Amino acid sequence: MTELVATTPGLFPLPDWAKSELSELKGRQKVDLISGDESEPVVSAYERARAEVVDDQFDAGLDRIVEGQLRWDDMIAHPLAVHENVENGRISRYYDNNNFYRNPRVVGELTPSGDVASDLSAALELFDDAAPLQAVLPGPYSLADLATDEHYGDDAEFLSAVAEFLGTEAESFPSHETLFLLEPSLVTNPPDDDLAAAVPEAIDVVAEESDADVVVHTYFGALDEKTYAHLMDADVAAFGLDLVAADREQTVYNAVEYGVTDDVALGVADGQNTLVESAETLRERAEWFIEQVPATDFETVYLSTNTETFYLPVNRHRAKLAALATAAGLDAEVTT
Amino acid sequence: MVRNPSNRVQFRPDDHDTEHFLLTTVVGSYPKPTWLSLAKTRAENSDAAFDDADLREAYDDAARVITHEHERAGLDTVVDGEMRREEMVEYFAHRIPGYEFNGPVKVWGHNYFDKPSVVSEVAYDEPWLLDEFEFTAGVATKPVKVPITGPYTLARWSFNEAYDDTAALAYDLADLVNEEVKGLVDAGARYVQIDEPALATTPGDHAIVGESMERIVDGIPEDVRVCLHVCYGDYSQIYPEINDFPIDEFDVELCNDGYEQIDVFRDPEFEPDLALGVVDVHDAEVESVAEIKRNIQQGLKVVSPDRLTVSPDCGVKLLPREVAYQKIANMVQAAREVEAELDAGEIQTAAPRQ
Repeated sequence: MTELVATTPGLFPLPDWAKSELSELKGRQKVDLISGDESEPVVSAYERARAEVVDDQFDAGLDRIVEGQLRWDDMIAHPLAVHENVENGRISRYYDNNNFYRNPRVVGELTPSGDVASDLSAALELFDDAAPLQAVLPGPYSLADLATDEHYGDDAEFLSAVAEFLGTEAESFPSHETLFLLEPSLVTNPPDDDLAAAVPEAIDVVAEESDADVVVHTYFGALDEKTYAHLMDADVAAFGLDLVAADREQTVYNAVEYGVTDDVALGVADGQNTLVESAETLRERAEWFIEQVPATDFETVYLSTNTETFYLPVNRHRAKLAALATAAGLDAEVTT
Repeated sequence: MVRNPSNRVQFRPDDHDTEHFLLTTVVGSYPKPTWLSLAKTRAENSDAAFDDADLREAYDDAARVITHEHERAGLDTVVDGEMRREEMVEYFAHRIPGYEFNGPVKVWGHNYFDKPSVVSEVAYDEPWLLDEFEFTAGVATKPVKVPITGPYTLARWSFNEAYDDTAALAYDLADLVNEEVKGLVDAGARYVQIDEPALATTPGDHAIVGESMERIVDGIPEDVRVCLHVCYGDYSQIYPEINDFPIDEFDVELCNDGYEQIDVFRDPEFEPDLALGVVDVHDAEVESVAEIKRNIQQGLKVVSPDRLTVSPDCGVKLLPREVAYQKIANMVQAAREVEAELDAGEIQTAAPRQ
């Protein structure tokens, strides 16, 4: 019997009042972005915003609660952006979007930071064991891809160092049920032959430090065959796959051809479009995938947006969360 | 196919001193006077004795001041600095049935954009820019250029809930732009600039922009100058394709990276007129006249002087106002000095195309 779990990859839009309040408190320029040593009023604003997005997830009825990653001004590059041995360089385009982040230049050893753990603990205090906590981190390949290495000197060594760093972060997390590792770069800028085999090893380094079910979540399209095949070597509970992107047939092909994890996360709701899909549509998209991969009887299927949801206005973001929760709760008979 | 670039001659002032003429213009936006922001804030406060009519007066005053500021800088063609527009997509989306707004979304850091959603077929209702044009033309002594956000950018920088793809939405929007341009032309507009910054981020979509331009110029007389502005991208990915676009002028930002890409446009031969960015809009240091003259000569590597327009790289609204003014004033002076040197045979150029 497959369990359907409604969740998200995190990185939510700030509530509108927090957009205004924080832009007033912090400023709007590059130098004003998050540094890791925020003033008390800024900390307070983020605390209130965090409480609101946690409530939103309970209101929606999601099965996993994320912290929301509201402090991640640089999106998934955040864990490096606040690191003491990283200098934030030029503003760069965030994937193929009209969004920008500070390119982190790693100039020293990636020592443990604890920044993400601290936010997760703060979130957990808000709801304790009322629902399972889901942690979110960038995957090691994507974080290395978004950064510039000026310390380690070699792509493989840098990837390994980023993985070790993320592992130490995960190790310090409070108790969590699920860990999403966000790996869009595996799609948009796949590893070359020299690095491809090192990617699953790097993911394992992070995953080993968490007791949770680890989901390697990919988006902005389908993985190429070679990257997918290598990724099958990773010892994780689930891959996250983008079923909204136009090349989703490729995703099905990969799963049929190379197999798939015991659990799977399906990006069925479009995190980059305000059109709110009905719960039935979301279920149909999930079943479209599951039925074509008949060899696998998934234990858990996570229903999620394909991407982070900070691209959306708040009202549509909330509506998508509600639709996902409803989709996971629909009687299977309705759509099969 | 290019349209009729020689229509530039209508913008040559009657009293122009030199035989050579480099058309001087701007891309569009200009820093707003501080008091305009205060007026807007005041108009939003229902307790303040400052109503919509007062705000309209403030917009008119700002448009008049900035149009005259452009004239004082010596420009051959002027804009009102887009005083009535806050954001290049939002402004038009508010005027096009089919769009709705759901709230701000992040661009970067704490900079947000009220990114609209297209929720049904787009349509043309009231004119978008007619009042703006008629007011500016009424207070200007120079010809007025009208910048319009292009259909591809309007499509690409919106959420598309209603159309199968970006192309289908862009083509419908292009038909609306065509209707708008026809209205502007009827009102006397002779210089229209289509802004397509989104093309720089997705250059593979150049064919959509080309087809959109075909729709935009349909039925537009050849004496109306049509410019296409694309900024901050890898031009090698859209050139030479733009040679096939039905435009008179292609406006590029190249000063920003020190003309690293200028050679892109030298082979094959550049077909439309070149409007070249000769001052950097992201650097608050005002370029000297001598430096701008050198920048102008970069354009002469691509086209002969009779086909060269000079402008800032992009809209100047992010600069301090006095910096914006001085850059434009220096730009015009540089153009006039280059013209004189061309007359005197002191600058070697390619021969004019016959």
